[in-house]
Parts: sequence; C-alpha cells; structure tokens
Amino acid sequence: MFFGRNSFLSSQEEQPRTENGERIGHGPSRSSTGSRSDGSAHLDVSDPSFESFRELVSGSDLQSEVFGAPGSMQSENAPATARSRLFSVISSKGPQAHDRHPSSSSGAGGPALPAARTDARKERVVYVDNPGRTNENFEFSGNKVRTSKYTLISFLPRNLFEQFHRVAYIYFLLIVILNQIPQLAVFGRLASLFPLLFVLVVTAIKDGYEDWGRHRSDREENNRLSWVFQNGRFEPKRWKKIEAGEVVKIFQDESIPCDIVLLGTSDANGVAYVQTINLDGETNLKTRYARQESASKHPGLAPITGKVVCEPPNRNIYDFVAYLEIDDTQAPLGPNNIILRGCVLKNTAWIVGVVVYAGKETKAMLNSSGAQSKRSRLEQHMNKETLWLSFFLLIICIAGGVGMGKWVHDHDSDLNNFPYYKKRDTADKKFMYYGPFGEGVFAFLSFIIMFQIMIPISLYISMELVRLGQSYFMVRDVEMFHAPSNSRLQCRALNINEDLGQVKYIFSDKTGTLTENKMEFHSASIGGVDYSNVLAAKISGTSDSSDGMQVEVGSHLKSGVRLDPNLLELLQTEVTSSEATFVHRYMLVLAACNTVVPTRHSGSLQYQAESPDEQALVFAASAYGYTLLDRTTSTIVLDVLGEQKSYKIVGIHEFDSVRKRMSIVVECPDNTYKLLVKGADTAVMDIIARPSEQVESGSGSLADGHLQAGVLFATQRHLDFYSTQGLRTLVVAFKDLGQPEFEEWHEKYKRASTALVDRVKLLREAASLIERNLALLGATAIEDRLQDGVPETISSLRNSGIKVWVLTGDKQETAISIGFSCALLTPDMEKVIVNANTKELCVEKLKSAIREHGITETKDVHVVEKNLNAVKGDSTRKKQLALIIDGNSLVHALSPDVEELLFDLAVACRIVICCRVAPLQKAGIVSLMKRRTKDMTLAIGDGANDVSMIQTADVGIGLSGQEGRQAVMASDFALGQFRFLKRLLLVHGHWNYQRLAYMVLYNFYRNAVFVMMLFWYILHTAFSAQTALFDWNLMFYSLIYTSVPTIVVGILDKDLSHKTLLGLPPLYGVGQRNESYNSVLFWATMLDTLWQSLVLFYVPFFTFQGTTIDIWGMGCLWAAAVVVLVNLHLAMDVLHWTWITHAAIWGSIVVSFACFFVLDALTDKGFIAHYRVMFHMASTAVFWLNILLVIVVALLPRFCAKVLMQKFWPSDLHIARELELKNRAAISEFVKSSAPSPRMVELDDVPYSDKESKEDE
Amino acid sequence: MSNDAASSSAGASAKPSRKPKYSKFTQQELPACKPLLTPGWVIAILMLVGAIFIPIGAIALLASNSVVEIVEQYETSCLPANITTKEARIRYIQDDTTEKSCPMTLTVPKKMNNPVYVYYQLDHYYQNHRRYVKSRSDKQLLDGASTSNSDLDSCKPLKQFNNTPIIPCGLIAWSLFNDTYLFSRQNSAPIPVNKRGISWKSDRDHKFGSTVFPSNFPNNLNRNESSSAFIGGAALNVSQPLSEAEDLIVWMRSAALPTFRKLWGKIETDLQAGEIISVNITNVYNTYEFGGKKKLVLSTASWLGGKNNFLGIAYLTVGVLCIFLAIVFFLIHYKTPRPLGDTSYLSWNRKGNVNGLS
Repeated sequence: MFFGRNSFLSSQEEQPRTENGERIGHGPSRSSTGSRSDGSAHLDVSDPSFESFRELVSGSDLQSEVFGAPGSMQSENAPATARSRLFSVISSKGPQAHDRHPSSSSGAGGPALPAARTDARKERVVYVDNPGRTNENFEFSGNKVRTSKYTLISFLPRNLFEQFHRVAYIYFLLIVILNQIPQLAVFGRLASLFPLLFVLVVTAIKDGYEDWGRHRSDREENNRLSWVFQNGRFEPKRWKKIEAGEVVKIFQDESIPCDIVLLGTSDANGVAYVQTINLDGETNLKTRYARQESASKHPGLAPITGKVVCEPPNRNIYDFVAYLEIDDTQAPLGPNNIILRGCVLKNTAWIVGVVVYAGKETKAMLNSSGAQSKRSRLEQHMNKETLWLSFFLLIICIAGGVGMGKWVHDHDSDLNNFPYYKKRDTADKKFMYYGPFGEGVFAFLSFIIMFQIMIPISLYISMELVRLGQSYFMVRDVEMFHAPSNSRLQCRALNINEDLGQVKYIFSDKTGTLTENKMEFHSASIGGVDYSNVLAAKISGTSDSSDGMQVEVGSHLKSGVRLDPNLLELLQTEVTSSEATFVHRYMLVLAACNTVVPTRHSGSLQYQAESPDEQALVFAASAYGYTLLDRTTSTIVLDVLGEQKSYKIVGIHEFDSVRKRMSIVVECPDNTYKLLVKGADTAVMDIIARPSEQVESGSGSLADGHLQAGVLFATQRHLDFYSTQGLRTLVVAFKDLGQPEFEEWHEKYKRASTALVDRVKLLREAASLIERNLALLGATAIEDRLQDGVPETISSLRNSGIKVWVLTGDKQETAISIGFSCALLTPDMEKVIVNANTKELCVEKLKSAIREHGITETKDVHVVEKNLNAVKGDSTRKKQLALIIDGNSLVHALSPDVEELLFDLAVACRIVICCRVAPLQKAGIVSLMKRRTKDMTLAIGDGANDVSMIQTADVGIGLSGQEGRQAVMASDFALGQFRFLKRLLLVHGHWNYQRLAYMVLYNFYRNAVFVMMLFWYILHTAFSAQTALFDWNLMFYSLIYTSVPTIVVGILDKDLSHKTLLGLPPLYGVGQRNESYNSVLFWATMLDTLWQSLVLFYVPFFTFQGTTIDIWGMGCLWAAAVVVLVNLHLAMDVLHWTWITHAAIWGSIVVSFACFFVLDALTDKGFIAHYRVMFHMASTAVFWLNILLVIVVALLPRFCAKVLMQKFWPSDLHIARELELKNRAAISEFVKSSAPSPRMVELDDVPYSDKESKEDE
Repeated sequence: MSNDAASSSAGASAKPSRKPKYSKFTQQELPACKPLLTPGWVIAILMLVGAIFIPIGAIALLASNSVVEIVEQYETSCLPANITTKEARIRYIQDDTTEKSCPMTLTVPKKMNNPVYVYYQLDHYYQNHRRYVKSRSDKQLLDGASTSNSDLDSCKPLKQFNNTPIIPCGLIAWSLFNDTYLFSRQNSAPIPVNKRGISWKSDRDHKFGSTVFPSNFPNNLNRNESSSAFIGGAALNVSQPLSEAEDLIVWMRSAALPTFRKLWGKIETDLQAGEIISVNITNVYNTYEFGGKKKLVLSTASWLGGKNNFLGIAYLTVGVLCIFLAIVFFLIHYKTPRPLGDTSYLSWNRKGNVNGLS
C-alpha cells in the first residue's frame, strides 16, 4: 500500500516549519506574513528564479488547473511558470491524476508540454544514471561549491567594489578626489590617500583572511569522496566531480554531497533516517522515503532508466515538487523523497539516490546567506548628532569660504603686487586666480578637505572594533556558560551590543524559556479518575521494580516516570471492568498516537521525538507497560504488557497549530479500525461526543451516555486542576470506526495524501470526516519544570526597571500559576483579567479596567513613564496591577482602533501575561510596543513560534533549547538559560552601553577639537586653507595618535563591578533613561570642545606672536599639544585603570612623539619641509611650558564641572562607585537593607552561582 | 547538575567542552586602579597645580623681564615727510633712483649683554598664506638645476623667467626681505653685526645645497632694464651657494603668524645702558602695498626666548585660580558635606525626583 508510505508523514508539519523555512529564505519581515493557507505559498517568493511565480496565481488557480476545473485552460495564456507547467506535466502524464481528472489531461497537458520544452530552463529533467544526457541539454552546475567570495584575480576589484558600498568610504574617496584638483590640493597626494588606503588595506586584509579560511574549507569539502555509480559499479568520486543525474550511494553516518532524490535504501520499505542539524539545527532524526516504484530497482540490482522532472533550484528546504518517471509510470515526489546536501545519514545502512541539484544549486548553498543587520539605538542617536557635526562642518567651511572671498575682494587691486600673493606669473598670465567668488568657492572646498575628520568616519570603524571586543568578553564570560547544554553566549549580531543596556520591555516566551522544556509525565486522568499518586521508587527510574519491562525502560531510556500504583495494578488485571478498558485504550493512544520514532542503539531503545511532550507520553506509556517498539510508515509495533502487537497504520492526521490535535487510524490485530486522537483540550473537547449523540458514535460499551457525561465532567475538572498547578495538559480520545465511515474517509484520505496541491487542506477535510463524536478517554498532565534561577532573574529584572511580559500559548490558569512560581506575579498584585470574544466586549473590558484603576489615557510617553516610575517608587498607586489577557481578546485588542487602550492599560501594569497567543500575535504585541514607545524592547524565546517575535523586537534573544535552533538562528544573541539574561543585561548590557556611549561622545570631541583648532588658524592665514600641522601629522592624528586608547577604553573600561551591578539592579535605569548619551551631553561636550580648541590655539598664539616661530614649528607644538590633551582628557574620564589602559594611553602619547621625531628625521622630498623642526622645538622650554599650560587650562572647566556635578547632582553610578570605594562590606549591608528588591544576590557570594536559585524550587 | 559557574578552568573533560577558559583578563577582572574624585583628591590636585604653576609663572615673568628689547618702527618715519598717500609711497619705494637710506638713533635702556640679536619685524605679512607657503621647491634648493621641471611646478607663479627655470624659484625666495641696517656707536665706531649662524644648521646642511647657485633670478636683474613687476625683494649673490645665503634661509622658513620677526644678525658686543646707537636703514622693502609695518628690533634673550610676559602671567593666573578653586571646593565640602556613598542620593531613593539628572 504505497500511499501509506508516501502519505507524507510530515505534510502537515509543513505548517510550523514553513515559518522556519521562510525565515531562512527571506529577510525578517516576511517570516510571518507569507500566507501559508495552501501548499503553493511555500515557494520562496524572493527567489529570483521565481520572479514569474509572483504573478501567479493563487493556490486555487493552481488547484483548478491541476484538477481540471475550467480555469485550467488559463495555463496557455497566463504567464506560465515552472511550477504550473510541472503540475500540468504531472497531471497530464501521471496515471493517478489522469484517472481522476480527465479534463486536465486533454486540456492543459497537450499545450503545456511543448511549452515546457521551448522554455526548458523553467524546469529541469534529470535522467537517472545518465549524467551525460542530463547535462547535455541544460547547464546544471557541478557539485563544486565555492563559499569563498574571491579568487586571487578577483580579490582586488571585487573587494574594493564591496568596500565602496559603504557610504563612509565614498566620502573618503570624494575627499581624496577633491584633493587631486590642483586648486584644492590641501594635502600632498600621498598623505591625502593615506586614510583611505589605511582603512581599505585593513579591511581587505580582514576580508582576505576570512576568505582564505573559506577557501580551505571549500577545498576540503570539494575533495571528499562519495560512492558514485559508474562503469557498472559504485566507485569513489570526489564531491566536486559529481554531476546531476548521477546515482550515488551513501552509507551510514556519511554526509550527503548534494541534493538527491531517494531511489532505494537498505530498508525494504525504502525508509531512511537523516539528521538535518547542519541545515535547520534540529537534532532529531527525520524520515525520508524512496518511492516504491524505484525502491526495488536501483542500479546495484537492475539497470534503471527513468527521469526526474523537478522544479528549478530554490532555497526552500521544506518544499520540493517533482515527479519521477520510471517504466512509463509517474510517481509524484515531495519533500520527503529528497535528501539535501549537508544532512547526515543515520540509522540506515545505505541509500541510493539520483543527484538532482548539485553544488551551488543545492538548497543548503542557496540558503547560506548572512544574518540581517540591525542598527542600535545609540547609533541612531549618534547619526543625528553626526548630522549636527556635518552642519558645523558646513558652517565653518562657509565661514572660511566667505572670508576668503571677502579678503580677495578687498585686496583685489593690490593682489598682484603683494609679495605673498601675486595673481599673475612672470609671463603675465593669471595664476590660479578666479576672482572673489571663485576663490571663495575653492576655499570652501579646500576647507572641506581640510576639516574632513569633523565627520568621525573613524568612529564607525572604532565602534565595530569595540563591539567585537565587547563580544569577545561576553562570549567568554564563564558565568554565562551552561554546562548541561555545553553552550556559551553567542553574539550573532555584532552591532547592537549597547542596546542590551537600554532594554525597557522584555517579552518572554514561557515554554522552554522560563521552563526547561524537559517534559515529565506528571499525572493522568483516565475515565474520570485522577491517577497522580507517586511511587517514589519509580522516580529514580532504576531497577527497583516488579515488572521487567519497566526495568528496561528505566535503565535504557533513562527517564524517570512518576508511576501511580493504582494504575499499575489496574493494568495488570484482566480487561473486564470499564475502568480497565478505559485505561488500556488510554495507554494505547499514548503509545501509538504520536510521531516518535524508536531507534535501537547498541541494543537499547531510544526514542526520536520532535516534540518533548510526545516523548514524555511515550515514556509514560512504556512505563505502564505499553512500549513502542517499532514504527514504520505502515505499522506500529507495541509491546503490550509483554506481548508484541502490530498495528497497521491506515492514516495519520498530523499535529498542526490550527487543528491542535493529532489523530491516527490504525487497523488493530483484530482487524477493527480505530481512530486514536490526542490534542489540546479546546481542540478535542469540541469533538467529543455529547451524551445525547452517543448512539451514532458507535464506540461500543464505553459510550454509555451516563458514564460518558460523568467522565466529561470529571475530566474537565481534572484539566482545570492540572492547569492551576502549571501542568501542560492534553486530552486523549478515541473512536471505533465503522466500516462505512472508514470507507468514506479512506477514499478521501487516499486522494488527499497523493494530491500535489493543497494537500494540507484536503487532508484536513478528510480528518474532519472522522474526527467527531469521539469517546473521551481522559487527559494527561505533563510537568515542565522552571529553569534554574528564573524567579531571581525575573525579580532582578523587575527591580532594574524592566517590565517583563510573558507571552505563552498556554492556558490562562497555567500561565497565572507559572506567573506566581516565577515571581512574576505576587499575591499583593491586583489582577486585571481580560477575556473577551467580541470586539465590543474587549473594548468594554479594557475601558473599565482603565477607569477603575485611574490610569491616565495618554499618548505622551513621558507622562506614562512618570506613572511607571511612580509605581516603582511605590507611593502613588495603592496596588500594583497585573494584566492577564488571552489570545482571543488580543485579536480584537490589537486592531488599530483598540490598540491604544490596550497600550495604556498594559503600560500602567507592572506585569502583563498574554496567554493562548499565536506566534503572530506575539510579534504583534512586540511591534505595538515598538510603535508606541521609544523604549527598547527585547524578546526572548526558544522555539520556532518565537521567531517572528524575536525578529520584531529591537533585541532578539534565542535560547538554545529542546525545540531546535530556529530561535537561535533568528536571534541576535543566544543564551543557554534564561537566568543568564540577568547578567547579560545588567552587567554586560550596562557596560556595553556605558562604554559605547562614552566612546561616541569622546570621538566627537576628539575630532571636533582638532578641526576647530585648525579652523582658528585659518582666521590668521587670510582664510587660505593652510595648516600649520604637517600633512602626515594631520593624517595620523585620528588613525594613529589617538585611536588606540579610545578603542581600548571602549572595550575595557568598567564603571562598576559586576557584583555591584547585579546587587543594585536599579542602576540599569541609567541606560533606560539614556543618561550616558543624550543631546544635553552632546551639546555640553561640544561646548567643552569649543573651549578646549580655543585654548589649544590661543595659548601658543599669544606665546609666539611676534617671534621668529616658523609655521612648522608652531604646527609641531599644536600637534603635540592636541595629542597630549586629547589623551589626557580620556585619561581623566577613565574609571578603571588596568595595565592595558595604562599601556594604551601613555603608550599612545609616547608613540605619537616617536612619530613626530621620525617624521622629523626623514629627509625624503615629501618630508624635508619638516626636517628637524620638532627637534628644534622640543629643545626649548617654551614648548613644554606651553603644553602644560594648554592641558591645565583646557581641562580645568571640565574638571570643575565634574566635581560640581558629583557634589550636587551625583548620578546613581557615581554613588555606587563611592559605595564600592567605601568598602565591600558596606555595599552588601546596604544591598540587604535598603535596596528595593525582595530577593537580592549576596554580593559576598562570589562568584554568583546558580546554586542559590535552587532554593526556590 | 549545573555547578559550572563557580569552578575554574581546571579539568579537561572527555567531550570537548565549550566552557570558556577562566582568566582574569577574559573575565574582566584584571587588577585595576579605580580613581574617584573625592573632595580630598580634588582639593589636593588643585592645590598641587597651583603650587606648581605659581613658581613657574614667577620665574617666567622674571625671565621675560630680564630681556632688554629696543623696538624701532620705521616704515613711515623713514619716508620723506611729503609722501603720505599709499600710491605715493609705492611710487617712492619702487623708484630705484631715489636714495633710501634713513639714519636713526636708538637709546639702550638697560645694559644689553651680548649677543644682542637684531631682528626685523613685519606686520600683516601673510607668510603663512597657502599660496606663499607652497611656492617653493625644496628639491631645487637642494639639487639646483638638475631638478626636474615637474618638481618646480610648486613654484608657480614664479617658476621660470624667460622660459628658463629660476633658481631659487618661487614666491618666497623672490620676495626676500632686503632692508639693511648699519649700526654705529655715538663715536661713529661701527658696531659689527655677525650675519653668520643666524639660520638653523640643519637647514644649511640638509635643505640648501652648497653647490646650488642662484641663476636667472629676477631680483638680480637691473631694475632699469626690466619691468619693475619682476623685481621682488633682495638680489642674491650669484657666486654664493644657497647654503651660505643665510638671509634667504631665514626668510624661507615661513613664519607661522602674520606678525613675525626674523633674525637679521647678531651684535656680539655688550651695549651699555644709556648708550646711543645710530642705525642707517636702507628702507627699500615694499610693505606699503599691504600696509604692513616694519620694525627693527634689538633684543637680548633669556632661556624663555624674547620678551613676552604672556606665559608668566598665564601661569600665575592659572595657579592662583587653582588655589582659589581649591579653597572654594573646600568651603563647599565643609559647609555641605556629602558623605561618601550616601545612598539617599540614589535616584530611586530620592523623593519626588523621577528622572535624576540627564
């Protein structure tokens, strides 16, 4: 029964996965929006090869085309696409489709085939075991991959091309070009090129180095060997030589060299297991199938002729549309028939397959695109200030230009007689003289060249380096290492480190984020009886058991299951009582109705499950005597209390997020058909037979109306009870299928499962035929334990002024109970619960809550903030509010006209818990907050359903948890455990923010003070763009003389120790309030800059006015003074002097002077003007006295301002620093007594370990 | 199970652990000094600065005051009385036929120990103008006629004359200052002025060639023969190599500011207080075009250079200011002491203060 095998076990699974697939394929924005209402939407629309596909044609068009509805004739006229043609081909040739839809074969099939031939590139035909023929028509790419960007030849042009994509470099280049114009040549040619060359060379070296690594790995990859069928047998062949159409054989634990369609496997049923960890990060095994048609005739056994017709290469790893033509029959191929490059074959001795996509056309390669980049908040602010600096630059250049124009105008008639100007040369021709206006314009342009570093281009490079350094330290923090999962922090985004210090809202997933997502079977409610007693001995999962079966489970599966003795006993007895019937059926469902794959590893049984819940259920069933031994596509083998029973699988309706249930139809050993169902209570309770409908349900003796009603009631009560305990519940039901009902369903199911289009929809329709009037068996409760340290982390985060919102798919009761256990909710909070099914009700509830609690409705973020702080200051509001809202209400509350109400209410509440939310709603809530406040949002989650939220938030954090790595792949930072978030934000986030904020201000200052100093000089050179500083000193200033200390300080400076920061969470508010970088600070810095530049210029000016000082000597003094001043300015602000800081700052000054003297000693043509100048200057006392005076006078106002600020308006950070200084004992005492936190980390407890968090559980 | 945090790097596990290696560096726990501006430090720093600056200021002021300086401005006083307009002055100065010597007397106010430096000072003369600074060829000054044509491009507009390169080319050389001074005592005994060693030795040795002789230099032309437009400043001795033309070397070190002095020579005898010195100035350098002043300066030198009170006064002022600030801060701290680490100042402990400062 081939359709059983090819029933696309995971066809409905596509739903949750598509999200992931699309994420890989697209940018972030599309991840959640791509409609996946039907199969066709799985195509990656962004892929260029599907350009034409966009014009297509909704799924229904396709469907109608294939299934021969009148619309099918459109295919001749409509922009035909690869896929539609492919379908036409399939439908015209494929016997199944043919039979069912005769109209399509005569209509669409005829014209479509020639069309396919004329435009051959739209689809590809791969002749099995005939690479020559396969490749003669089309240019398929070979299997050689090149992840490296450059070759030796292309390196220079390509790298330069890429580098000049950055605006900064264009700016540099324009300046250099301007400087080449003779009238404007402010600098020597070489000197002016230096900054650009410097960054280009540095970047090129970096890129080249990275590429070299890729070259090496490519070479290694390309030279791996696989067994390829050639010359009548399988011979090893290098990967790079493999071509499409060739047949390859892969053995267990080998990697797949290219995308291959399975022809046969070592398994008689054509099953193969692959691990896709390299592709999607999921660790569980996936099943792939060879078509029955080909399974028996791969080249090893018999010559094979046939072809695979498939769609052009695309990057969607969850979709594949093709058909296999073999022996004049056609068999459709789906994603379950293809194994992608990068997978590893597991638990299968060998497979044979034909190569369909090779090399760069493989889906894995098509997907290897980089991560998206975000801009940090600080950088956005910084760009605004950079605009101001550009404005200043423009002002001073215009001032200079106008000054020059006026000067020339005033002296126009005399200019030719000036000894220092002379506008005519000896031949009486004008020499570079363009009249007042022209001279003004040229002067203006010259000033732009001269003052170019006012725009701190080097800052962008420094920031990248600093962030790199910060990441280095974050990643290496031993206290954020999670030993059980062996995971460190991962910095996936490199440019938003400082955002971690400004987070105001955290949106957290629950399962797997706050909890461990390690499911343990907790209790069972069967037939209205609650079995939740615990056999203590069984928890350990070791040998102390009466039943041999359980010993095996305990020892081999290594999972402790809480066993109820009564239930055990009941299972041992004969199946006579209705109670026992319930129990046995219940266990059968647990053991059979799942997608868990048992594998045997060196004799012991292991379960490969995609869902931890299912795994827990299978473990539980096994512990009670129903052990899942084997599962193929067609049968399930159970060990039922020591007796092996085989159940034939007739059909599976897999779990998806819409149906929220899974059902399986099995043919029992006694040849009856049974439907086994498990699912979310909402999804299953609705389709449970009501007592009045019992008659037609046909579920035999169990369906006694009275009993069933009692069970229904009791189960419902148990469900409520379980969820208040924070347990995850599932409802278990079943149904005996009568022959007519079975036949009807079976017919429909067969058709649906072989359908090429809309399979999901059709399957769902089929399911709805039988998924009704079920007999309720009971419910399961699974415990998902809180992660270590979650309550402490949450209370610390709350104390730091961060609002934590929990967004969960769980039921309200579960969510509230988890809220209490993780210290999110406290008993003294007033809960505002919004449950509304209609919009009106929702609005009404929101409004009344707002009225009742006197929340000011306002759009003004600042006022709202004040309210928040008032709440924090525990004075004004009597009670803290906690908002609990469910998904249904959110549907209405997130609509544009209501969202303001929701926002006002949510912002006024300390805690918001959203339950029963869909993944898209999670993202919706995050984007609501992003739109309405300027506050930083952070989303943290671990599963595929959190991906959209993670990508929407300003900062996305993924936990590497049990549910695969989609969240991690989408995130900016990945953590091992939730509790590390505290350290990440409070310590590293704070440091990052402080460091970068200071660095930006300092860099603005550093460049501006230099430019302003140069500007004052041009006022004394008749506005000619002359600098006193030597060209090379000008160029080296920001690159060599002053660059290293700022980077070192940006990486290493520490305002407070991590103990203080963890001990006083409110210190985090500094970042939330933008205290370290804001426009006030910017303007204060600019004022300081102005003063310092005046001092820098005028102290030497007054000292040397009317003396023999020459221009270069004066320049030396200025260069030396500015370098020392700027470095000392930094030194004055450094808070944490390690030897590295000392080396950087003092070293920088020493290196600068060394450079001065080296430049001084060079006698080459370009340097001769400067020869021995520094030497002469440095030998005079005036030189040194000037530098000393400049430094003291320049820094004095800043020094005094600092002292006064600290005296009268000390910042929190300053007080905390004083506390640190006072003594450690005082801090810890203070932390205990006065900080507002109920739970505080002991500062003496060094280092902060996760032990302390255990006490809470 | 997760007892990882406290342990250090000890122990290599069987499977490769990704646990970061512990070191003080990677954990950002390097020993460090954490300076904090406590009132004590602030006052100490300010006092220290004051204590250093005031003596320096006093010494600098003394040094400056010890310098004896005679300044004589002569660009107008050396003109005949009837020449008042700018045009007339220019005409006068460009007229080669008139005798332009100008006798003056200077009185020595205090004893001037040798060496007494003779400077000329020009005002409003933008030697730092970009056109001017660039208008020279350092290569030619060193190599002479062998310099390639392109290396002379920077000399424009005075690169060549009559299609032959000028040596030394450029505006700077061309505009060489050419007033001269003859000093004599009251008894008409001439006071010798040493014109050797007035330039930097490094310039003489490395920047001006000892085998480079002036040629095709416009200033060397007979004024009567050519247009006066080609004549700038001083003529050069064609038989003297550039490395010995110290006036030129001094002149070609462009001044940093529009008002500047250049060393003209050294008088190597003491000048007694009250002594009257007569100077015969040949006033031929044209500064009338731009209204520049010309001054003759005789000055001794101290370790600080010439006479300039600025440094001394600045040092004294800053020193006094620092002491004053130290006292102010002391009083502030004394009147309203804020205990170190007073937690009531923390923003979340302050009543009514929501945002702290920002």
